[in-house]
Amino acid sequence: MEIEDILKVENLCCKYQAENGEVEALKNIGFSIKKGEIVGIIGPSGCGKSTLLSIIAGLEKKTSGSVIVAGQEVSGVNSAVGYMMQNDNLLEWRNIYRNVLLGLEIRKECTEENREYAKRLLEEYGLGEFCDKYPSQLSGGMRQRVALIRTLATRPEILLLDEAFSALDYQTRLKVSQDVWEILKREGVTAVMVTHDIPEAISLSDRVMVLTPRPARIKNIHTVDMTEPPMKRRNDSRFSGYFNLLWEEIN
Amino acid sequence: MNGISRERAEYLKEKRRQKNTITLLRIGILAVLLVLWEFFSNIGVIDDFVMSSPSRILKTLFNVGNNNLFTHIGITCLETLAGFLLGSGIGICVAIVLWWNKTVYLVSEPYLVVLNSLPKIALGPVIIIWVGAGQQAIIVMALAISLVVTVLEVLNGYAATDRKKIRMAKSFGADKKTIFTKIVFPSNLTTIFNSLKISIGLSLVGVIAGEFLVSKGGLGYLIVYGGQVFKMDLVMASVFVLALMALLMYKGVVFAEKIILGILSPGK
Ligand SMILES: Nc1ncnc2c1ncn2[C@@H]1O[C@H](COP(=O)(O)OP(=O)(O)OP(=O)(O)O)[C@@H](O)[C@H]1O
Ligand SMILES: [Mg+2]
Repeated sequence: MEIEDILKVENLCCKYQAENGEVEALKNIGFSIKKGEIVGIIGPSGCGKSTLLSIIAGLEKKTSGSVIVAGQEVSGVNSAVGYMMQNDNLLEWRNIYRNVLLGLEIRKECTEENREYAKRLLEEYGLGEFCDKYPSQLSGGMRQRVALIRTLATRPEILLLDEAFSALDYQTRLKVSQDVWEILKREGVTAVMVTHDIPEAISLSDRVMVLTPRPARIKNIHTVDMTEPPMKRRNDSRFSGYFNLLWEEIN
Repeated sequence: MNGISRERAEYLKEKRRQKNTITLLRIGILAVLLVLWEFFSNIGVIDDFVMSSPSRILKTLFNVGNNNLFTHIGITCLETLAGFLLGSGIGICVAIVLWWNKTVYLVSEPYLVVLNSLPKIALGPVIIIWVGAGQQAIIVMALAISLVVTVLEVLNGYAATDRKKIRMAKSFGADKKTIFTKIVFPSNLTTIFNSLKISIGLSLVGVIAGEFLVSKGGLGYLIVYGGQVFKMDLVMASVFVLALMALLMYKGVVFAEKIILGILSPGK
């Protein structure tokens, strides 16, 4: 018996219709992801990475093919999927605690138990004392962590990160991606992570998927044979080997 | 906590000095104008029968028992508030409908543009015939003037809500109502109050125009009446009161904004 695939994509195609013509964004994409895996996606700019995540999140309609999350065909926004973008999108008029509850409120799952869980996440990841503060009082890295906790509070089975760290400065980004990796591993969350940053993909992922220029197809999927945390991986002797391999492939 | 540096103290002092100068100049200009006006009408350079004078205006203002000034102020005030509340309330709701339903918006857009540029005062006679020549006509006039501006202004705000925030809410499965109440409306409180600030002034314009047309009471009535019987003191005094009223109403909206934003949007 094989381990359950939490995400299974088959023959996925997507064409955008616009007034000035048709844009084919995805062509015959197929892959599957096991529970607890972190998969990085890299590819040339504009190739369709965001489109792929939007379809898995149920925010965009596919043209054909199938996307199965936790055994169910995706046909709209799905509570098994958490989605995070480049911007933290915190609401300035809510304090940190109430920002974190937003996802639960929208899903009408704001129970005592879930509120406790959200609070626990905030405390565990160093934001406990900021519950009553407002987003404008937090640094970029902290805000991004709040956004992550807002998503995690809804207990998604799979987390989609679309360039979630690219708005941060380099130092903060290294720090936040280290934190996020720890959070994901500790909470056992499966994640699909789009990034422009090859080292980031190598240091965080268990596998890295390379896409072709638009319309995106899968060029290759590499298993990253390292299990240590991101910062340690960057010092691993195999790191530059992976970097060169991916760099060649993407260009 | 006396740890304020010398440079800081100097900076603060300079700031305060600048602020005081501005206030002084503002009051000074008014005082000089009033004194000149009074002086020239006293020595006869200005005909105070036509131009009135500060002292004559003051006398009229203090003579409130004779001309029922307070009653007229009350009438104008109530009419303006009624027009303002109706215009803004309906305007904000219409904007919700137009935001909600894109087809309705696209269909009504040209009508809104035309209605917006049409001088609503031209509708005066029509309004009087439709709703009757009384206070109701005046209130409808105020409403007509403030409504379309509110709709367009608030709708623009709704439409300009950060798409990414809406997308974030959608990713949690938010429906249209939830998106509106949790994202769009709170994002636009400042826009709404800005439109209220415009609309309170416009309502006053509508009320005065209405009172010119169906004169039974109010400051607009006093101004027309004063003009007809050539009592320039009364006209000038009414205009003065009107200016004061406009200022106070505007400040009222600003005050309400401060309170309400303080409660609903404390993080800003
Ligand atoms: N709503 C849309 N309508 C029409 N075309 C679209 C739409 N969204 C995206 N596209 C097009 O589809 C292609 C893929 O877009 P997508 O945003 O998925 O790329 P991406 O790989 O995420 O790009 P980037 O690296 O810049 O983030 C692009 O050519 C884009 O112009
Ligand atoms: Mg993208």
